[in-house]
Amino acid sequence: MSAVQEIVTEAPGIEAVPKRAMTLGVGTSLVVLALLILVPLFVKNFIIFQMTMLLVYGLAVLALNILTGGSGQFSLGQSAFYAVGAYTSAILMEHAGINYALTLPVAGLICFLFGFLFGQPALRLSGVYLALATFALATAMPQLLKLGYFETWTGGVQGLVVTKPDPPQTVQSILSWFHLKMSQDMWLYYFTLVVTIAIYIFSVNLLRSRSGRAFMAIRDNEIAASAMGIDVALYKTLAFGVSAAITGIAGGLGAIAVQFVAPDGYTITLAISLFLGMVVGGVGWLPGSIVGSAFIIFVPNIAEGISKGLSGAVFGVILFLVIFLVPHGARQVAMVAQHLLGRFKKR
Amino acid sequence: MLSKQKLLIAAITTTAIAFASAGSALAQKKYDDGASDTEIKIGNIMPYSGPASAYGVIGKTEAAYFNKINAEGGINGRKINFITYDDGYSPPKAVEQARKLVESDEVLLIFNPLGTPSNSAIEKYMNAKKVPQLFVATGATKWDEPKEFPWTMGWQPSYQSEARIYAKFLMKEKPDAKIAVLYQNDDFGKDYLKGLKDGLGAKSSMITAEEGYETSEPSIDGHIVKLKASGADVFISITTPKFAAQAIKKLAEMNWTPLHIVSNVSSSVGGVIKPAGFENAQGILSAAYAKDGADAQWDNDPGMKKFFDFLAKYYPDANKLDGSVVYGYGAAQTMVKVLQMCGDDLTRENVMKQAASLKNFTPDTLLPGVTINTSATDFAPIKQLQMMRFKGEKWELFGNIISADLSN
Repeated sequence: MSAVQEIVTEAPGIEAVPKRAMTLGVGTSLVVLALLILVPLFVKNFIIFQMTMLLVYGLAVLALNILTGGSGQFSLGQSAFYAVGAYTSAILMEHAGINYALTLPVAGLICFLFGFLFGQPALRLSGVYLALATFALATAMPQLLKLGYFETWTGGVQGLVVTKPDPPQTVQSILSWFHLKMSQDMWLYYFTLVVTIAIYIFSVNLLRSRSGRAFMAIRDNEIAASAMGIDVALYKTLAFGVSAAITGIAGGLGAIAVQFVAPDGYTITLAISLFLGMVVGGVGWLPGSIVGSAFIIFVPNIAEGISKGLSGAVFGVILFLVIFLVPHGARQVAMVAQHLLGRFKKR
Repeated sequence: MLSKQKLLIAAITTTAIAFASAGSALAQKKYDDGASDTEIKIGNIMPYSGPASAYGVIGKTEAAYFNKINAEGGINGRKINFITYDDGYSPPKAVEQARKLVESDEVLLIFNPLGTPSNSAIEKYMNAKKVPQLFVATGATKWDEPKEFPWTMGWQPSYQSEARIYAKFLMKEKPDAKIAVLYQNDDFGKDYLKGLKDGLGAKSSMITAEEGYETSEPSIDGHIVKLKASGADVFISITTPKFAAQAIKKLAEMNWTPLHIVSNVSSSVGGVIKPAGFENAQGILSAAYAKDGADAQWDNDPGMKKFFDFLAKYYPDANKLDGSVVYGYGAAQTMVKVLQMCGDDLTRENVMKQAASLKNFTPDTLLPGVTINTSATDFAPIKQLQMMRFKGEKWELFGNIISADLSN
C-alpha cells in the first residue's frame, strides 16, 4: 500500500528545466530557419510533403511539450484533439466552402474549448491517472467519429476527401515574372512553415510570461505554487486548452496536407507516437519537438527498410537505444554539442 | 577539374546513351516512369503492422509470385521490381507511402494496395497524378467508377454484389422469407446491407429486423436475442470472423435454427467454423469465388496444383489454409496477365487500357466458371460467385455460378 501511495504522490518524473534552456540561441535558430526555408527549393515534391508533415507533427509534439514539459501534466489523448482539429478543417472546407486558412483558427478555437472543458475533470487527476483518462479520450475518438448522428458531416467510416489548396493568384503572378511556378506542395509547406513559426514564437513567449512561470511552478511543486497565490485549477486547465488548440491547428494542417480525414487516421497509435516524439525530442525543450517529429516520421521507414517482417522489433530496438544512450533526448545531444563548441571557441 | 580520362568516359557514356535511346525509339517501345527495357517497377502498400497485419500475407504472396515470374524470365524479358511498403492500416501513412512510390521510387503503377480507408485516402492523388491504382484489395463498391476515377480499379467481388447474390437466392428459394440481418456498423456492413436491399428491390420488406453492432462490443448476444424475437426464419450474418463465430455458437445455444447465411469474409473453416464448432455450423450457407486451399476436392485440380507447386518452391512457409495466400496469388496472376497484354507499350495509359480489356481471364485459383471480365465502362473484374453449404467439415458448392447483375 505504501509503495502504491508513493508512486501516486510522487511528482511526475519530469526534470525541472530552467526556462532559458527551453529554447535555442539566436544563431542556431537562424540557421535552422534558413534550412527550413531553403531546402524545399531544391528537393522533390514528395520530400516537401514529408517536410510539411514534419512541421505538422512537430507542432503537435510542441503542444504536448507545453502541457507536459511546461505544466507537468501527462496526456495520451493528443490524437483526439488532433482529430477534432482535422475534422473541423475538413468539414468547414468541404461542406461550408470556407477558405482553408480561415478554418485553422476555428479548429484552434474549438479544440481550445474542448481541451479547456476536458481539463476541468482532469484537474482531479494527476500522474498516471491523468494519462489513463486522456488515454480513454484517445480510444473513444475514432468511434465517436464513426457515429451515425454525425455521418452527414464526417462521412462516417468512409472519411472525407479534402481539396488541396492552390497557391494564391498574387503569389503565382509575382513568380511568373521570374518564369517560376510554385507547386501546391511547396505553397502548403511555406504556409505551414509560417503558421509553425508563429506558434513557436507564441509558445516561447508564453513560457517566458507570467502564465508560463505559473505553469512551471505548478509542474515543480503544486502546493508551493498555490501557496504563492497561483490559481492552480485555472492554469492547469489553461495549459490543457492551449495544448489542445495547438494540436487542433496541427490536425487541420495535417488534414489539408494529406487531403483526407478518416477515423482510422487518428487512433491511439497517433497519440503514442506524439508522446514518443516528445520524449525523444527532450521533455520540456521546445526545439526538440521537430527532432521528435522527425523520429516518429522517419524511423519507422528506416526500420521497415531494415526488415519488413520485424519492422516493429527494429523500431523498438532503435527506440531503446535512443532512450538508453540519450535519456534526455535531443536536448541532451544539443547540450553536449554546445559544450564541445564552447570548448572549441575558447582555444 | 576533370581529367582527360574522365572526359573520355563521359563522352563515351553520353554517346552510348544517345544510341540506346535512339535504338528504343526505332523499336516502337513506349515507356512511362517505372518501365524500361529491363525492368517494370510495381508499387504496393500493405498493412504489415497494425490492426490488420494478418493481411500482410497477401503482399508476401505477391512478392513470391513476382519472384517466380522473374525466375522464369520475366514479362517480355523485363524483370518485375516489386516495391511494397507498410502503412499500418493508417490512411495518412498510406498517402505518404503512395507519394513515395510515385514520386521517389517512380513506379509504373500501384498494385493491390489494401484497405478501404487507405485506398480512399490515395484515390484522389492517384487520379490527379494519372498513375494506375490497380486491383485494389477491398470489397467496397466505390472502386467501379470509371468515369469519375479512370485510374482506379477493384478486383474481388464487391460486398454489394455478394449481398445481391444472397437476395437473388432468397427470392427464388424462399420467397416468403422473413429476414433478420446482423451487420457490422461500418463501411463493410453498410455496403453489404445496401446490396441486400438493392437486390431485394421492391421486396425489401422481407427484412423484418436489422441490428448493427460495433466491433468494440465484447459480445453480440443481445442483438441476436432481439433478432430471434422478431420471428424471422432467415438469419443473415454480415460479420467479421470473430463475430461470425460468436453468432453461430449463440444460435445453437438458443436452439434457433433459421436459414443461416454468413458473409464470404467469414467463411473460413479454420478461422470461423471450427472455433464455433462443426456441429453448430451444419447447413450454413455462404458464397465463394475462389477455391479453398484447405478443401480436398481441389487436390487434383490443375490450377490448384500449380498453386501448390508455387507455394512449395517460392513460398514454403506459407499457410495454404489461409485465404489471403490464395487471394494474393490470384491478384498477382491478374497483374502479370495485364502486363503481358501491354507488350512493349508500357505507358500508364496503356496499362489502364489493357486492364479494362480483360476477357474471360481465369486465374488458377478462381472457382471453375468464374471469369474476369472488364471493359471501359466496367471496372469490377470479378462479379460472379457460387453458393455453398457447410456439410460435415467442409463447404459444398451447389447451384450455378451466379452473376451479381441486377438485370438477370
